[in-house]
Amino acid sequence: MQALVRLARQAGRQKEIPILAALLILCVVIAWMSPFFLTWQNIFNVFRQFSVIAILAVGEGLIIITGGIDLSVGALLGLMGVLGATLASLGWPAPAVFVATMAFGCAAGTLSGLLITKVRINPFIVTLGMMSVARGTSLLITGGMPISIDNGITYLGGGHIGNVPVSVIIMFIVAICGYVFTTRTLPGRNIYAIGNNERAAKLSGIPTDRMKIMVYVIMGALCALSGMIVSGTLDTAEPAAGTGYELDVIAAVVIGGASLSGGKGSIPGIVMGAAIMGVLRNGFVLLQVSAYWQVVTIGLVIIGAVAIDSIKNRSANA
Amino acid sequence: MNRPILLHTDRISKTFPGVKALDGLNLQVRKGEVHAIVGENGAGKSTLMNILSGVYAPDEGRMTFDGKEVFFKHPRQAQEAGIVMIHQELSLATNVSVMENVYIGRLKTGKLGFVRYREMEKACKELFDRIGIEGIRPDQTIEELSISQMQMVEIAKALSLEAKLLIMDEPTASLTHRETEILLGIIRELREQGVSVLYISHRMDEVFAISDQITVLRDGKYIDTLRTAETSPNEVISLMVGREISKSFKRQYGAVPSGAKPILRVEGLCAGEKVRNVDLEVYPGEIVALTGLVGAGRTELVQSIFGIDPRTAGRIRLDGREVRIRSPRDAIGLGIALLPEGRKIQGIFADMSVRENISMAGLRSFARGLMLMRKKEARAAEEYVSRLAIRTTDLEKEIKFLSGGNQQKAILARWLLTKPRLLILDEPTHGVDVGAKAEIYEIIDRLAQEGVGILLISSELPEVLTLADRILVMRSGEVAAELPVGEADQERIMKFATA
Repeated sequence: MQALVRLARQAGRQKEIPILAALLILCVVIAWMSPFFLTWQNIFNVFRQFSVIAILAVGEGLIIITGGIDLSVGALLGLMGVLGATLASLGWPAPAVFVATMAFGCAAGTLSGLLITKVRINPFIVTLGMMSVARGTSLLITGGMPISIDNGITYLGGGHIGNVPVSVIIMFIVAICGYVFTTRTLPGRNIYAIGNNERAAKLSGIPTDRMKIMVYVIMGALCALSGMIVSGTLDTAEPAAGTGYELDVIAAVVIGGASLSGGKGSIPGIVMGAAIMGVLRNGFVLLQVSAYWQVVTIGLVIIGAVAIDSIKNRSANA
Repeated sequence: MNRPILLHTDRISKTFPGVKALDGLNLQVRKGEVHAIVGENGAGKSTLMNILSGVYAPDEGRMTFDGKEVFFKHPRQAQEAGIVMIHQELSLATNVSVMENVYIGRLKTGKLGFVRYREMEKACKELFDRIGIEGIRPDQTIEELSISQMQMVEIAKALSLEAKLLIMDEPTASLTHRETEILLGIIRELREQGVSVLYISHRMDEVFAISDQITVLRDGKYIDTLRTAETSPNEVISLMVGREISKSFKRQYGAVPSGAKPILRVEGLCAGEKVRNVDLEVYPGEIVALTGLVGAGRTELVQSIFGIDPRTAGRIRLDGREVRIRSPRDAIGLGIALLPEGRKIQGIFADMSVRENISMAGLRSFARGLMLMRKKEARAAEEYVSRLAIRTTDLEKEIKFLSGGNQQKAILARWLLTKPRLLILDEPTHGVDVGAKAEIYEIIDRLAQEGVGILLISSELPEVLTLADRILVMRSGEVAAELPVGEADQERIMKFATA
């Protein structure tokens, strides 16, 4: 009986339930309007489409939980794809390309993290600058032309295990790692503390700067992973790949229940947020809504999600 | 002494989701009377004040003010009727002059719409003279003023609004002893001029020094109104907590073994402008109080010991061994704990659970590698919740839903869990209700008996005199005097602090 009460109480605390409900309602509505939605082919399609957004959203989620933000994710994704493709075209074997690209991603994240913590520049500005630097570098390396890839590394984006795309499997692995990291580890707990009250976190002996650099490094690594997935899907690295992804990624995090003021958010919620974005985009295509309307709607969804968060906060503080 | 009734509330009630914050409250305030409202945290004082000043509308009940029935939907309506509230967090525009703040929204202007500063300055000066405010020029900017001076500007502003009833919420919470005296003087002056004051405070000595009547609230209900001249602090406290307090807290002195080495020894410590050449020692089982005026450098001193602010000179020895402390992390590793001042700003992680708040500083002891052992963590948190009698329905509740006193006990638990040898407490009972305060005293006392060395910063002299074995008085960054508790009284301490 007591266990039952505890279980009920725990379920009541799960902040992901409204997000899951929203996702299910969205699916039901689209399935009702388009019979094609629930075919296996489309379901895998949706998963593949939002897997990259979800992978990036896990990293962005960690950053937003510490109270920071990263606007450079789309541009870094493009740059990392280009760097990987360049190494591949030099004849590097796939594992070496993978390791080197991940290292580039970590290095980019370290740079942002150091600028934010040691030089004390606002993360918004640092990553806005990084966005432009990364995009420009991709264009400089490629001269604006796509690089085609003939290397085993494309398995990450194009391969399947059974019927399941490899990118979807990677997404689940990243999500599970993110979940364990945030709920069961020491640094995971620390990032919530920093987002809640950085001063108190420091006084409690948490190395706040090191933790903040760490989340940007993780983000850089996930950008590298996503860059290889995206270029692998098409066997081509586009210098413009990932343009505008930061919007979808931040939207997924916010829809997933994280607060832009930091200290709040869960990985399952964030992945569901990414799924909502993916289903929404897929629904627009299936229902043949104009692409221009998609852009408008995504913007409204973001504002709506933040508005709900802000209204909830206000009533909790009254 | 039968002055006319200014304010009368008739069975006002207010319910928030899950709590009846105010339950059928009747209150009468006479003209030109200082009326204290006392009660533990959560007794309904803030709700009452917010209703009177128009922030919330009551769900039930009626209110008469100055002979008319009133119903405020907005603070502005209350202000127009003559009720002005001075909040704990002051609401002045900081980079603007004093007089502009006093006349904000009603600046005196000429025909062309230009501000007539000279006229305003004159009116402002007259206002200050009338209520006995000294040492503030109307053309100073607010940021040049101390907190107590800002409060006086708030009072002047309220009076310029022709306030008939002034509501003051814990006005002395961040004031020093002498500033408090000045404020009380001004309140007496206001009373002479027929202004009524509702005075909310936790500090019994002030309540008894200033008020004519005392109304006690408990759990949202009206308990009683007493004439100050005919009651005693003990009677009021027992009404507040609903039980007779057998005796006020008394320390159980543990014997400091003779020949014991000091746990902490600070030699010639300097940190910036605020801390100059400080020497001090804390022995095991000893409570050393660090007192003095706000701004005397007490907080800066302990922050530099704890590795927050960098030291510019001096040594720190722990158990005789010189140590290097460059961050709070180093300090915690050496067995030092610091309960910082300002619970909301430096203490709590508002959105995190009681368990997570308690385990935060000692979290590494619950980790194997990077993984947390959550069962062990929960058990330890549970142990401290029961040891410190932290009142919460369960460990997973977010800490922001606990009362101030219980939040403070949870933060204390956070530091006890690190098993410190030296515990530094910076204003540990600031803004905490009487009941929780006594419990915190008992905890501190018990720790000292267990041999922990305690360095206590407190501006409340009765607290210092109750708890300390030895008292260090700081003045402008230096230790001005060291007094054993037997030789100290409030007057002597203040003499050293202000000389």
